[in-house]
Amino acid sequence: MGIDLGSTTSKAVIINEKDEIIGRGITNTRANYKVAADIAKLEAIYDARFTLLTQKLEAEIAKKPEFKKYIADTRAVFQYLQFKHRVDRLTEELLKSASTMRTESKDLVVDHIRNIMDKIVPEIRNDFVEGDLATKNEFFRDIVSERYNREVELIDKELFESLLLAYDKSITPVENEMVKYDFEKLVYEALDILDEKYNGLAEESTAGESLGFDVELNLLKGNYKQAEDSLKQHIGDIARQEIHIANMVGTGYGRALLPFPDDCIKSEILCHAFGAHAVFPDTRTVLDIGGQDTKAIQVDSRGLVTSFHMNDRCAAGCGRYLGYIADEFNISLNELGPEALEADRETNICSTCTVFAGAEVRELLNVGEKRSNILAGLHKAIVMRAMSLLARSGGVRNEFTFTGGVARNQAVLKYVGQMVAESYGDDIVMNIHTDSIFMGALGGAMFARRNIEVDLPAKKRKAAKAV
Amino acid sequence: MSTEVKKEKSMIIQKEMIAGLFKDLASVKESGKKVVYTFIPGNLSELIRSFDMLPVYPEINALQSGMRKKSGEFIREAERHGHSEDVCTYVKCDVGMMIKGNIGPTGEKLPDPDLLLLSYTGCFTFMKWFETLERLYPGVPVALIQSPYQEDATITPEMTEYMVKQLKEEVIPKMEEVSGQKFDEEKLKGILKLSAEAEDWIVKIFDSTKHRPSPIDAYFAGVYYIGPINIGFRGTQEAVDYYKELYKEVQERIAKGLGPITPEGVMKEEKFRLVVEGPPNWTSFREFWKLFYDRGAVIVASSYTKVGGVYDYGFRHDSEHPLETLAEYCMNCYTNLNLPQRINLLEKCITEYHADGYLTNSIKSCNSFAAGQLMMMRELEERLEIPVGFIETDLVDPRYFSYSNIKNRLESFFEMLEQRLLIEQD
Repeated sequence: MGIDLGSTTSKAVIINEKDEIIGRGITNTRANYKVAADIAKLEAIYDARFTLLTQKLEAEIAKKPEFKKYIADTRAVFQYLQFKHRVDRLTEELLKSASTMRTESKDLVVDHIRNIMDKIVPEIRNDFVEGDLATKNEFFRDIVSERYNREVELIDKELFESLLLAYDKSITPVENEMVKYDFEKLVYEALDILDEKYNGLAEESTAGESLGFDVELNLLKGNYKQAEDSLKQHIGDIARQEIHIANMVGTGYGRALLPFPDDCIKSEILCHAFGAHAVFPDTRTVLDIGGQDTKAIQVDSRGLVTSFHMNDRCAAGCGRYLGYIADEFNISLNELGPEALEADRETNICSTCTVFAGAEVRELLNVGEKRSNILAGLHKAIVMRAMSLLARSGGVRNEFTFTGGVARNQAVLKYVGQMVAESYGDDIVMNIHTDSIFMGALGGAMFARRNIEVDLPAKKRKAAKAV
Repeated sequence: MSTEVKKEKSMIIQKEMIAGLFKDLASVKESGKKVVYTFIPGNLSELIRSFDMLPVYPEINALQSGMRKKSGEFIREAERHGHSEDVCTYVKCDVGMMIKGNIGPTGEKLPDPDLLLLSYTGCFTFMKWFETLERLYPGVPVALIQSPYQEDATITPEMTEYMVKQLKEEVIPKMEEVSGQKFDEEKLKGILKLSAEAEDWIVKIFDSTKHRPSPIDAYFAGVYYIGPINIGFRGTQEAVDYYKELYKEVQERIAKGLGPITPEGVMKEEKFRLVVEGPPNWTSFREFWKLFYDRGAVIVASSYTKVGGVYDYGFRHDSEHPLETLAEYCMNCYTNLNLPQRINLLEKCITEYHADGYLTNSIKSCNSFAAGQLMMMRELEERLEIPVGFIETDLVDPRYFSYSNIKNRLESFFEMLEQRLLIEQD
């Protein structure tokens, strides 16, 4: 297992003996690295169980592809149940902090909190069970905050501060609580919820309503019971199967806080390079744009780092820059890229500073600049910073692998592609992987796996001394 | 926890030498000695001494203020007086110190200058610095000696001639006027002889890093070793004695197979041998050094220890040609070398001292060092296929030393070296 404790998100990856990722866990880091590491780790283990489950059912999935959809659904509901537990705790905390407030409108605040939570929790349930919230990789805080804030804005302005204060007080302790679930029990609960869902679907369609074009769903509504049965056959085994973590390596900014021996702590430069090189073996240049730093790494044919450059001074050019801009525009991080792609031109953003870019953006909006154009300009600005870092590190060599959370942003990808082609030729192959955010953790996991095979520096040294 | 490190005899000698100098400076009123403010690169210590004057080096005061955690306050003072954020922090620290009463590193007031001797070698800021000093000390005579840059990587006879002319027509007459003494060439020759002797010793000392483990650290400890030769003791018997003693201690360390002495104790295991380009950070000097110590990284050569003179190619002060040799010395300073020359010099260091890695410490407020550093690094990486690293700090502005960022980068660099060494062993 590799754990990458980034300054913004914490990632955990479990690999098998072939360096294939079988479990991924991700959470936001916030203040507590220790909890973030534990949560990511636990999630990776649940994820690994689902992977094992999918593997067990491989033969059946081959015959009936719609089973895959059923497993994905189970997983989504499973996530919802985890979420539900935490959100119930949040409601408790919210009510507790509201009732200890020293304001006259205390009772009113309590009522409002009840109403808000009564409204948003079922809404979120629906998004998990019927929608695609589970696949969006959103964190607990973001899911709740977005909806909570929306509701607060509808309420009397005088209560605004009290409602937000209660929220700010409650969210962090709840987020930092470690909760262990009984995997099997939770899966069974998930299956029950799915029963309802598919039963409902079956009834709806007999009532003559079409399910649209979702072929898998159409197929499933008929034989979901069969899928459920197969799943149930294996679930006990999988739940009881001990996921033995043979070794762990920690990386990322918070790595020093992990209770690992020195040998099991590696710098994120090495881990990112190693991870990227493993996924794309012809990689020579790696660009990693994370939350609070950007790295340009040059590697040789063996995946060894030959040189690197980091921007760790300034948030402009890192993921947080986009986060800040998203806040300024009051939209979610996931919406930034798609909107920027709608631009007809890129507004020139001269600011090199995150905070001042915010001021520049407001000024541009005032003079009537289109939002999508501004966003495009901002995306271009962050990529230009990354390009300058790449140039400092020795340029882009073929092949070029782009990793980190920001590599999921389509607009960033567009500009990176454009600018790399302009500066280094259009024959440069650019690699992006859906797991790009996990590259550091993957590299860590690979180091961990190799450490077992005695090629660990310290072990070697010890061995040499022993002789 | 840090253990108290037993001081070597050379350390005590050095401490006494420096204390003596500052005592002399504090008592110029009684002694009547004249004071010359001047710079380390291309310093004319021997000439100053031949007129029985005392030198004050503003860079040394600035770095001392940095190490004593005073620089932040001085820099803010200079900024209050209009110096911009981007101005060299040596300048601001020094100017701030002067504005705040010119209390030197020993707590005693430094005397005002009687002469501002600007030996201009490769750093444009020096000129602006002394323009500021001229305003702070109105009426004090200024002597400027301009060393031609080694644009074509060579010193031509015309360049030397030009320098000697400046010495004869500008510097020496002003020194005569200020000191009230006639120029005494024989006295200067005697001083230069001792300079050459000290230079021989220092070359031998820095050459000791060829050994494994290296008995000294040529950067963090190196800056102490170059102290006497750079701050006015070149050309004295004291300096020769100091270096003899130091050399003896280094030999003893080699015989015992000991690594360098650091503030944390003797370095136990030498894991990496590095060549470092760029000045150190002074405000967090000890923490900075410890980052290397903790990882078993020893610096086997550094360009910074050559700012006061490059002796690697055999240059020694030549008492037979006193003015010509001073001229040549000035033009040979590290910051007066062109970039290809610097690369060649660093290549020589990396190869001869068997370095595993090359590290650049880029200085936010120092143009004369930072300009070209990246290009030099790339060139060395290509020529020697050596792993390279890049960190950014500042000279004496505590605001620009970010411990965790530097630690993070250095750890990555060391792990990269470790991985390399392992693979190469296999």
